[in-house]
Amino acid sequence: MAITKAAPPRGDRSERDGPRQEKPKGQGRQSSSSLVLVMVLLLVVVAQGPIRRALAAPAMESWMTVFVAVVVQALPFLVLGVLLSAAIAVFVPASFFARALPKRPVLAVPAAGVAGAVLPGCECASVPVAGALVRRGVTPAAALAFLLSAPAINPIVLTATAVAFPREPRMVLARFVASLVVACAMGWLWHRLGRTDWLRPPARPSAEGLGKGAAFWASVRHDVMHAGGFLVVGAMVAATLKAVVPADWLRAAADDPVVSVLVLAVLAVLLSICSEADAFVAASLSQFSLTARLAFLVVGPMIDLKLFAMQTATFGRGFALRFAPATFALAIVVAALTGTVLL
Amino acid sequence: MNRQAQTAVLFLTGVALLRAGFTDLYLRYVKAGLRPLLLAAGVVLIATAVATVWYELRRPRVSADVSPEPPPDTGKAQGTAVAQGTERGRDTGTARDDGDTGDDGATGEGGPPHSHAHREPRVSWLLVLPLAALILVAPPALGSYTAMRSGTALQPSWGYPDLPSRDPVRLGVADYGGRAAYDHGRSLGHRRITMTGFIALDHGGRPYLVRMVLSCCAADAQPVKIGLTGRIPPVLQPDSWVEVTGGYTARRAEDPVNGGVIPYLEVDRMRPVPAPRDPYESWGG
Repeated sequence: MAITKAAPPRGDRSERDGPRQEKPKGQGRQSSSSLVLVMVLLLVVVAQGPIRRALAAPAMESWMTVFVAVVVQALPFLVLGVLLSAAIAVFVPASFFARALPKRPVLAVPAAGVAGAVLPGCECASVPVAGALVRRGVTPAAALAFLLSAPAINPIVLTATAVAFPREPRMVLARFVASLVVACAMGWLWHRLGRTDWLRPPARPSAEGLGKGAAFWASVRHDVMHAGGFLVVGAMVAATLKAVVPADWLRAAADDPVVSVLVLAVLAVLLSICSEADAFVAASLSQFSLTARLAFLVVGPMIDLKLFAMQTATFGRGFALRFAPATFALAIVVAALTGTVLL
Repeated sequence: MNRQAQTAVLFLTGVALLRAGFTDLYLRYVKAGLRPLLLAAGVVLIATAVATVWYELRRPRVSADVSPEPPPDTGKAQGTAVAQGTERGRDTGTARDDGDTGDDGATGEGGPPHSHAHREPRVSWLLVLPLAALILVAPPALGSYTAMRSGTALQPSWGYPDLPSRDPVRLGVADYGGRAAYDHGRSLGHRRITMTGFIALDHGGRPYLVRMVLSCCAADAQPVKIGLTGRIPPVLQPDSWVEVTGGYTARRAEDPVNGGVIPYLEVDRMRPVPAPRDPYESWGG
């Protein structure tokens, strides 16, 4: 019923969206996009009986539940991050960040890394915010340190870690230290080696000629559609792993200290669990050593499938392909060292 | 995906979130504490859709004031396109959405040189999937299939407060499991315990009372399994919800999946019950 209500204004607007010189072509494409959407939704409504029967197998149901759960859980945080990002892009003048952060990038990196502690959310919120910081002229090295540290060291996540490991308070300290070290190291690494042409954010709608309100909402709409689509990709992969890979495979890997660290690091990437919840999952992987579980907690908030997809959307493919493996390797090394020293 | 379709998807997603939040549907997927955030997100998404429509409708009137030439009466569209030169590039880009694949549309061929043509990626279409799943299929809460594939998640706790004085005393599955497995039943004594959970059967057909415990959403849900012994009905249907009453027994087993402890309950009475409002337990709750 919602479809029929929304339809008339949409049809009306398609007239206005097409610019004059490209009107015939533009208009054809414009309406076809809406038409396809309506067709898809109608088709699903008509075929819902057969679809439901096809999805009734336990494995399929469990897949769908996890898929919907990941999306539903992440959407509020994505929306929060998108609102913050739009507010930064539209209402905060670029000069603010120039004054707030130290001038030298070498010092701005740890400052931004520690500032990550104030963003209370999981990794879905930090990607759009870091993207807005870069567009607002913050040095990319500092914005990337913020991107990596924010989901791992904020108070909510650290509290969850303390609750999940009641007998291992050092786990909280180890997580904080290791995450901050990796975030700063990646920031400095980018400062030394990074090239600006790797960082190619996909073009955004220009806000010129728009009022502040219009620019704000255009930015929100754009980011939700953009990052949301990639979130769905990540959720599908994570659900597939959760529903298909049997958990007893892990047991064989837990015996070797080196293999167990690597396995849990890879698992953190594949599972794409929200950083507010990963500590509880790590706690239940009790067959693994504490160091291996620390690697799980350090790698997960910094790089996973969902994040990789979202980073591609925000910073460009060339960036994500270089940044993600470097983060992954560095996070494993730092987590292993921290675990050896602290745990 | 063009702007109309985006607006529709945003609006429908917002409505779906609000619907899930106002019914108990959301409890199948996330913990109860996320409800305010879900509702807020739904409102923001709907507001975004409304704002998009609002600014689209307002644009011609604004441009008519600025436009040097009178807007033609055939359609406000042309007036808009003429007056808002800076917007043209963006609209061009949006119009090209559906046809394009390949990498970043940083250069807009055919658009004015100063503009940045923009293309919403096709990946936005995927947002239709969770929308359809949530509105039409509404998959059920995780059940015995997931439970028997993952290891029991019992963890030692800070401490075990004294039981309330009622008889039989109602406990959560994770609470009983913790007391039985890690406190060796000291805080349970000979009290009669009542618990609610669903039935899961292992490969050998042995019955377990299971409750999935989650900390954030169903993706991190993990089972807590209690072995059942004593007076059990001969035929048990997996995934059916039951209320069991019984007492602590020292018997325990090892979970074949992760080697965790599975404590047992000596059952006196078992009766079928409807599925509870919130099918999950949360840690510490």
